[in-house]
Amino acid sequence: MDETSKIIKTVSSVMFPFVTIYGLYVILHGHLTPGGGFQGGAIVASGCALLVVAFGSDAIAKRVKESQLSLLESIGALGFISLAFVGIATTFFYNSLAGTKFLFGRIPPYGSNPGYLSSGGLLPLMNLAVGTKVIAGLFAIVLILAIATRKKGGRSK
Amino acid sequence: MNSIITHSPALLIAIPLFAAFITPLLSRIHRRARDGFVLIVLAATELLALLLAQDIYANGIRKYVFGATLPSLTHPGTMSIPVRIIFEIDGLSIFMVLISLTIAFVATVYSSSFFKKEDGLDRYYTLLLLVTVGMVGMELTGDLFNFFVFLEITSIASCALIAFWVDRGESLEAAFKYIVISSIGALFVLMAIGFLYGQYDALNIAALANSIQFTFIDKVALVLLLAALTMKAGIAPMHMWLPDAYGEAPPSVTIAVVAATQASLYGVLRVCFTLYGKGLRLNMAAVGWTLVGLGLLTIFIGVTMALVQRSLTRTIAFAAVGEIGYMVIGAGTALAAGAQNFATVALKGGVFHIFNDVLDIGLLFLVAGAIIYATKERDLNNLGGLAKRMKYTTVFFLIGLLAVAGMPPLNGFASKILIYESTYQLNPIISIIAILSSILLLAIFVKIFYSLFLGPELPHLRDVKEVPKGMLVAMAILATLIIIFGLFPGYVLQTIVDPAVAALSNPTNYINAILGGA
Amino acid sequence: MIYNIPYIAVIILIMVGLYAVVFKRNIIKMVMGITIIESGVNLFLVTLGYRAGGVAPIFTNLPEERQIPGQLVLPIPQALTLTSIVIGVAVLALMLALAIQIYRQYKTLDVTKIRRLKE
Repeated sequence: MDETSKIIKTVSSVMFPFVTIYGLYVILHGHLTPGGGFQGGAIVASGCALLVVAFGSDAIAKRVKESQLSLLESIGALGFISLAFVGIATTFFYNSLAGTKFLFGRIPPYGSNPGYLSSGGLLPLMNLAVGTKVIAGLFAIVLILAIATRKKGGRSK
Repeated sequence: MNSIITHSPALLIAIPLFAAFITPLLSRIHRRARDGFVLIVLAATELLALLLAQDIYANGIRKYVFGATLPSLTHPGTMSIPVRIIFEIDGLSIFMVLISLTIAFVATVYSSSFFKKEDGLDRYYTLLLLVTVGMVGMELTGDLFNFFVFLEITSIASCALIAFWVDRGESLEAAFKYIVISSIGALFVLMAIGFLYGQYDALNIAALANSIQFTFIDKVALVLLLAALTMKAGIAPMHMWLPDAYGEAPPSVTIAVVAATQASLYGVLRVCFTLYGKGLRLNMAAVGWTLVGLGLLTIFIGVTMALVQRSLTRTIAFAAVGEIGYMVIGAGTALAAGAQNFATVALKGGVFHIFNDVLDIGLLFLVAGAIIYATKERDLNNLGGLAKRMKYTTVFFLIGLLAVAGMPPLNGFASKILIYESTYQLNPIISIIAILSSILLLAIFVKIFYSLFLGPELPHLRDVKEVPKGMLVAMAILATLIIIFGLFPGYVLQTIVDPAVAALSNPTNYINAILGGA
Repeated sequence: MIYNIPYIAVIILIMVGLYAVVFKRNIIKMVMGITIIESGVNLFLVTLGYRAGGVAPIFTNLPEERQIPGQLVLPIPQALTLTSIVIGVAVLALMLALAIQIYRQYKTLDVTKIRRLKE
């Protein structure tokens, strides 16, 4: 691919932190507002895709190894399943943190409220795990597809 | 011990899923450690399934509500319909789970020595475990949408596995066909789920089965569900993806995909007999006859196409298509017969044949894989005289071919005789076609056996060696099961098949387990 | 009548998608066809979940005068759609990866020329 212009590169670099922050916000507030792990992860991954488009897959592939991404993805998936195992004393996926005084344990009041981040029990943690997995997974997919479809050379999948 | 059985429905999914994502981490440490780990995990899961099976045969249907305060709490508070994801395990589910886990275990044993040099094996094991999770999930779940999710997990993972040999164009082509068929099929299923949800506000199979009215929309949903699931089960006229996928995937993958296909067939049975089971005696005769017709077509196409193939794996793949036809005929006859006595016999034959087919076809594919491994050849014309070089493989192939063709005293005979017997009472022609096809199948495989193993030794096959131990052990497991099932069909029928058939023929038990009531 | 427009759109989307899958010869177009069918099904599910006068089931945004859970819309169809979208992403990625590999092997994306598997 031909080099992209300086404008694209600069704008992408400026946008990237904002997109990432917004994605992380969607992940973290998944239990309060529409959104959650997948949606937020997809937003962050789209920020990463922006970088891939702007700087080219080779430049990104030098910084981020695909094996690191798949490691991160495995960790996300394992985190999710481990969190599901936390409640196994009652049932699988039981939300054992909800209602305790611990982190995320607060029970929010009925009716409209500003939203308490420290509520929802295991859900925010699960959102984080899913978010990690989705960021890593989608970024890896975008990166691999970008590397596989560039014009010359091309490493096999 | 008791709490393990209580939680085993969740653990059957959770353990392989957990292992699936540990495998890539483990394979960074050591190859052998990863292979052993996957084997241990699957063996443990199988053990768990056996424990659960014992409990179910003793105490009846078991349910597991995810995330509830009690595993059996289906209606929390004042809810009138069951909420949360519920796993409901009856005789049929656990029967299918045993099949899937056995096959997954055999596939893992086989692949530990089949693949030596290939890279990407850490992902291979992840995907194999995901296929297992998907199949087991499909068979355990009591929730229609959950069924869809596991269906998709199975098809995505098995598609990626079919394309495992990315350097072969044929594998890619087969995988693409498979993913197109299965994603469209899955979307049909989702559409049907939408229809049912829109009418009855429920996704739980038991709750839906309880309130189903057989309105026009229900019938549309039934057609969509059956079309999609028969497509995924490889029943004619939508069988064309199956020989490609079976024929071009690595053999250890093929048997996993065979088991996944049977899981779709389980979906067909569950939809016909449980979800729409209330009208079993009333409205389902037409569906039954359709299934019988499709089954006959499937047998016919499978056997005739198997005649003309030149590739070993594709011949077996078409034979597999034919075998699926027998199960469909069994199920269809049971539906068409309604309340008559032979309905149960037909169902018994059909359900028993699911296990037998997986074993027989699985064994044949493993043997074909062994031949490919040893000779690097797939074309039947380039193979011959292998009996001297590969003694064990020859024996295993002989067992497999006799079992597939339904020769006594092997397991294929035990289930096929039940199908012949019951279809004869429905309509003699069905049974005659089924028997003739079986004989034709025998002829095809005897021919292949002769050209593969007997006859003069071909010059380029001089230095062929017997395959490594892992592959032999995998084939031996299947062969042993085939012989045991063939020698003691009565015992097998009584212990595992009868509960499955009873579960199918009494949908009210399934409904009452969730909704309570008498 | 106006409530039926989404359903008509669903039918059109599914038909267009099926047309693309069945009659188009380019693999990428077939992939697009499948995604269009999927959008149709997703739209169908979302439409099913619509209730006139309902309130979005967001806990913190509940208007003062409304009661829980009387007018909250049951979010199950939305959850189904979301799951279906997630699955769709995975299927799409897999199909595109296959298309790339197929192009490498066959040097074409025309399905009529990708026929090493006969019968």
